[in-house]
Amino acid sequence: MKSNVGKLLSTAAIAATISAGATAATLDDVKAKGFIQCGVSTGVPGFSNADSNGDWSGIDVDVCRATAAAIFNDPQKVKFTPLSAKERFTALQSGEIDILSRNTTWTYTRDNSLGLDFTTVNFYDGQGFIVRKDLGVTSAMELDGATVCTEQGTTTELNMADFFRKHKMSYVPVIVQKVDEALAAYDSGRCDVYTTDKSGLAAHRTKLASPSEHVILPETISKEPLGPVVRHGDNQWKDIVTWSLFVQINAEEMGITSKNVAKIKSETNDPGIKRLLGVDGDMGAQLNLSSDWAYNIISKVGNYGEVFARNVGPETAVNLPRGLNALWTEGGVLYAPPVR
Amino acid sequence: MSEKTTSSNKSFLNDAANRALIFQIVLLAIVVFVGYYLFSNLQANLADQGISTGFAFLNQPAGFPVLIHLIDYTEADTYGRAFAVALINTLVISLMGIVLATIIGVIMGLARLSSNWLVARLATVYIETLRNIPLLLQMFFWYFAVLAALPIPKNSIILGDFFLNKRGVYSPNPVTQDGFGLVIAGFVFSIIAAIALIVWAKKRQTRTGLWFPAYWSSLGMIVVITVLALVISGFPIEFELPQKSRFNVTGGMVLPPEFVAVLIALSTYTGAFIAEIVRAGILSVSWGQTEAARSLGLKDSLTQRLIVLPQALRVIIPPLTSQFLNLTKNSSLGAAIAYPELVAVVMGTTLNQTGQAIESIGLCMLVYGTLSLTISLFMNWYNKKMSLAER
Repeated sequence: MKSNVGKLLSTAAIAATISAGATAATLDDVKAKGFIQCGVSTGVPGFSNADSNGDWSGIDVDVCRATAAAIFNDPQKVKFTPLSAKERFTALQSGEIDILSRNTTWTYTRDNSLGLDFTTVNFYDGQGFIVRKDLGVTSAMELDGATVCTEQGTTTELNMADFFRKHKMSYVPVIVQKVDEALAAYDSGRCDVYTTDKSGLAAHRTKLASPSEHVILPETISKEPLGPVVRHGDNQWKDIVTWSLFVQINAEEMGITSKNVAKIKSETNDPGIKRLLGVDGDMGAQLNLSSDWAYNIISKVGNYGEVFARNVGPETAVNLPRGLNALWTEGGVLYAPPVR
Repeated sequence: MSEKTTSSNKSFLNDAANRALIFQIVLLAIVVFVGYYLFSNLQANLADQGISTGFAFLNQPAGFPVLIHLIDYTEADTYGRAFAVALINTLVISLMGIVLATIIGVIMGLARLSSNWLVARLATVYIETLRNIPLLLQMFFWYFAVLAALPIPKNSIILGDFFLNKRGVYSPNPVTQDGFGLVIAGFVFSIIAAIALIVWAKKRQTRTGLWFPAYWSSLGMIVVITVLALVISGFPIEFELPQKSRFNVTGGMVLPPEFVAVLIALSTYTGAFIAEIVRAGILSVSWGQTEAARSLGLKDSLTQRLIVLPQALRVIIPPLTSQFLNLTKNSSLGAAIAYPELVAVVMGTTLNQTGQAIESIGLCMLVYGTLSLTISLFMNWYNKKMSLAER
């Protein structure tokens, strides 16, 4: 009897959380509560990281800030929920968060079997390896027999397994629950190699005891398109998140930045820019937003190039090149549909 | 006659037994209905959100590696097999933890009662320190302390064919050759003979009062017969030796630091609690029992074994059961330091790769529930066996 009651209570708890998540119209909920609840990582410098005051910053954080700017004209109307890799999807499914923006790889299974929808890509990444320089390894193909540390519950785990199997190399996997402990295990010498997305490697390297003694190997062993995720079935909300990002990419392509957007808005004759900034027509109404929603995103958060430079660019400790994440006009793959 | 009439006049509902039965049925109906409602609600909501359900995923290839597997396992195996691997890892760490924690607990409990001032104080310090620090913290401490203290593979500590470094302890791996069956047969035979000897000695003692050192002699018999079988079959064991390779030491048997850290943390932590239980049990036996035993001429070791311990066990067993249950459940903390037990493999990796949250967590709950109930049942049986036989 006692165990039956326990089972009942837990089923009740699960059922309650799931049904809370089943409500549609996230936009109305968000407007009613006055902020966006944004699921982020527990700390990846440049992507989502809290400073000593508890203020979050990073490229993933700015996805939520841009959406908040579009809805509230205030990028600060976001509350953050730090999530480990294994908690993230459940948090979104259960309605605990409105947007999951946590360097999450877009894959077939995740998009189709979890009741979730990937919006678009805010960072094109690929998995790589980092090793100690004194091992003398220059290529991932030399890693036969190595011990590999990584975080649990990510695509990283499977890519690593696939890579070593494909090249008929043996390895010892050390899979740790949280990223900080995984990194500490690598740093203490438990593993020869640490593997995760290359952007993550660059970010995590700044956390190691002596970053200059480690080198990121040249191979990229997987495609990792990272992007924000929303619940399946709320198309309006998905469109808002998607187009908040597209606006930033379009703005960079048009040369509009947070600094010159006010000037351009008042002076421009370009019909495309006029449409984007809400001078002509009312594009915002299609998303149930104000007409100056795009203007607010650009003026408050900036265009994609500004976001990138501020968080992970060469000026920062993470120091990533634009690479694939440059505009299509500049050799990258960033290509946003036009606002028309 | 009149009595019979009154009882038949009583309405059906006025009978206490009938009423009790009806209440039971109503309660059961409510429980079943609420359970069904919640379950169907869950199913409907999952279907609404397009989340697939069911246990079919257990037959799909897992694709992820597991550090420690006692049965064969590769990435090409299924999630079901990964589950089995994790279950075995949980069982192994729990069983070894229980044995070790009991040994530590008994020693420390006796030490705290010791008349030797230093020994008693040291035991007190051990117990109070370990009992009062969170277990997860202790696991991190052992893991990272062990890792920090050991050398990198290049500078392994080498003792004969044993290697010791950050990646673990590497020892020669015994590989059995033809003819090893004889050794196993000899070993099994000697154990059966030893049991027979102990039974015979006990029977003879109750009958005649004559004492025979059955335990020591049977231990000797097992060793002699097994060694003899080894010699006759010409030592049919070869050792695969660990060797240094580019990154790690390869070959041989490995004891990874994750396993060692979890085992040390679990057994020392639970051992501290068991020590207090043992101390309480022994103190609960009145001093008069010891004095009586001594006045009968029993020596100290026999006084402890025959008089004090059996009475103390009655007090010790029930709280000891709780500690065994705690240890089993606490083994799930191993996930934090990469020990691939149930929570790490099923609720961590499997849940994430498949998205089957409710099924994965349900499986884990079922396993821990079953494990705990099994331990409980066994300890209750043992408790009954040890309880005071009233004549």
